[in-house]
Amino acid sequence: MTADVELEAVTVRFGTFTAVENASLKIEGGEFFSFLGPSGCGKTTILRTISGFIEPSSGQVRIGGRDMRGIGANKRPTALIFQSLALFPMMTVAENVAYGLRVRGASKSARMKKAEELLNLVALGDQGGKKVDELSGGQRQRVAIARALAVEPQVLLLDEPLSALDLKLRQHMRNELRAIQRRVGITFIYITHDQGEALTMSDRIAVMNAGRIEQIGDGRSVYTAPRTAFVAGFVGENNAMRGKVASVGEGFAVVETPLGAFRGTNPLGLTAGAPAVLFVRPEALHIGSTENACTAATTEVAYEGNLTHVGLRADDGSHLLVLLGGGETRSAPPIGARVGLGFDAADAIVLPPG
Amino acid sequence: MLASVGHPFVLALPVVVLAMFLWIARRERRLGLVQGPGYFQRNGVPIGLFLLIAVLAWAVFMIVLPQLFMIELSFRPKLPPSQTFGPRDVYSLQNYHYFLYGSPTSSANWNTVHLRAFWQTIVASIVVTFANFALCYPLAFYMAQVAGAARVRFLLLLLITPYWVNEILRAFAFRVMFASSGLINKLLLAGGLVAEPIDFLGLDVGMYAGLGYAYMLLMVFPLYNAIEAMPKAQIEAARDLGAPWWHIHLFVVMPFARPGIASGCTLVFMLTAGALAAPLVLGGPRSLWFTPIVYDRFYQAFHWPQGSAYALILLLTCIAFVLAVMRIGKLSLVEITR
Ligand SMILES: Nc1ncnc2c1ncn2[C@@H]1O[C@H](COP(=O)(O)OP(=O)(O)O)[C@@H](O)[C@H]1O
Ligand SMILES: [Mg+2]
Repeated sequence: MTADVELEAVTVRFGTFTAVENASLKIEGGEFFSFLGPSGCGKTTILRTISGFIEPSSGQVRIGGRDMRGIGANKRPTALIFQSLALFPMMTVAENVAYGLRVRGASKSARMKKAEELLNLVALGDQGGKKVDELSGGQRQRVAIARALAVEPQVLLLDEPLSALDLKLRQHMRNELRAIQRRVGITFIYITHDQGEALTMSDRIAVMNAGRIEQIGDGRSVYTAPRTAFVAGFVGENNAMRGKVASVGEGFAVVETPLGAFRGTNPLGLTAGAPAVLFVRPEALHIGSTENACTAATTEVAYEGNLTHVGLRADDGSHLLVLLGGGETRSAPPIGARVGLGFDAADAIVLPPG
Repeated sequence: MLASVGHPFVLALPVVVLAMFLWIARRERRLGLVQGPGYFQRNGVPIGLFLLIAVLAWAVFMIVLPQLFMIELSFRPKLPPSQTFGPRDVYSLQNYHYFLYGSPTSSANWNTVHLRAFWQTIVASIVVTFANFALCYPLAFYMAQVAGAARVRFLLLLLITPYWVNEILRAFAFRVMFASSGLINKLLLAGGLVAEPIDFLGLDVGMYAGLGYAYMLLMVFPLYNAIEAMPKAQIEAARDLGAPWWHIHLFVVMPFARPGIASGCTLVFMLTAGALAAPLVLGGPRSLWFTPIVYDRFYQAFHWPQGSAYALILLLTCIAFVLAVMRIGKLSLVEITR
């Protein structure tokens, strides 16, 4: 069974410090939802508020439509996977997985049967008798998932569960987690500071900054249509050009920057005279293009096979990044060359500075 | 066997054991099992010699020899000084026999007084140890997992300061508190809760309170250390999985802190069973504690061999009991000394 999770104007304060400010959102049942943000922005605090370890200073948490005020962590239909995993070192793998059932008074045989079932689900079927510290990092990770799933939560909360793993394992576990989520069909609320993780796994992402939710949307919309300068800068690479709106018209705005005047989309309807930042993705910035053109000197070329990163210094000293993909990679300019750059106005976005 | 023969043997025993160690060490070096610079090369001769002599002298004279002599003495009869090492000074089990039957030779009657005191001491020590654990566990948990650093320092100070006072004085303080005209009775009388003062000392309430308090620190510290090493996230994980608080303590915290629990309980049990000050000062007229009996063997009966035998019986029983409990709890000695 799955449940939706609603936050309504949730604020969490520690003394005078506000860790989460006025967070409101609705996570649908069965959704894979991520909170993405830099370290210290309040992600763990939100998760702990949902799981019941922290009572919000104001606002309401509802799970499956039920107000969770006064309901302790042990009574909520959620299960949390801790950043540190927090497996029990004095128990075997199977006992760890079965702990939640033991709490519920299940018989030993029923517990062990369920533990075996879950260990099979996470591909650890033959490891049940081992001690936790005999497992590798990735295996421990999966034990933690199995232990949380054993209590049949309606919502699974995961706090940066892959951060301790090496790159390869991390990528493997992304697919694994997504597959497990599809199989069990419950709501997953996932926390990460890694945008790649958030983009690849999630149905929707909430981007957080300094305790506030900046934007909620699916990966594509967060990436292609950021609504704040923070989101534009944090999710993926972006070239930022600061300046002032010179003129507006039909969804577009012209921004006057030290590099020249550039046209870009104006989703928030900034008016002339407002300070603004124009963002262009590296893959939307083209060498030799004449629209929205400026010039810059190549400082760095990093060849990555299918992609080439080209770093440039613009005339005002700011850094620009161009991403050449596919057939373009052969045409990377030599270091030191002065090149003309340009972009399609529809690929650029004009936002107020953060 | 004559004591005049056995005595030098006891003296020689540590020397023989040391010589054996030395021989083994030389052999291992000769066979190449141990390599690298030798002990004196590493520490230098003066420091090496000092360490060796200091440690050996401490171990041999303070620990090994007194114990060995006590064991040896326990098998000897009580004789006037003139007959020591004489023809009548032979080894026998008569002191142990006396403990069981109340007579050096006859086996007609059981030595009920001593046996009952012994049994009662062991049982009461177990009870005191449990009570101590029940009292100290919440305190240790609070200090290790709940309280902030400043609060912990304050609590530690509160715990330690009373132990600056001598054990006997502390026992007398309890006596003052529990006496018929003592503080507690005064309060009870003033509060109208009782009409007559309660004889706490006669009922051994004072003795058990004193015994329980005497070694509390030795319970709190190992528990505190063990529980402090536990990551908070484990407790939260158990809670998140639905565990009520008692389940978390019983099946998550205590198993984690098992070595600390064993270490604290062992210390408190051994020391309580061997405690002298509290039973001597606080024991009521009808109290039966084994250590005062041992004390009496030495200083009232002036029967040192018998006192030695009694002390040894207590020591060995306690050790056997602790080892048995550890065996049941699947704990090794190495684990609890961690
Ligand atoms: N129990 C607490 N007491 C005081 N401050 C806290 C507490 N927990 C978290 N914070 C603060 O709240 C902010 C957000 O923390 P956290 O939610 O852990 O961030 P994240 O998980 O996004 O890295 C941090 O600045 C942190 O120092
Ligand atoms: Mg965190």
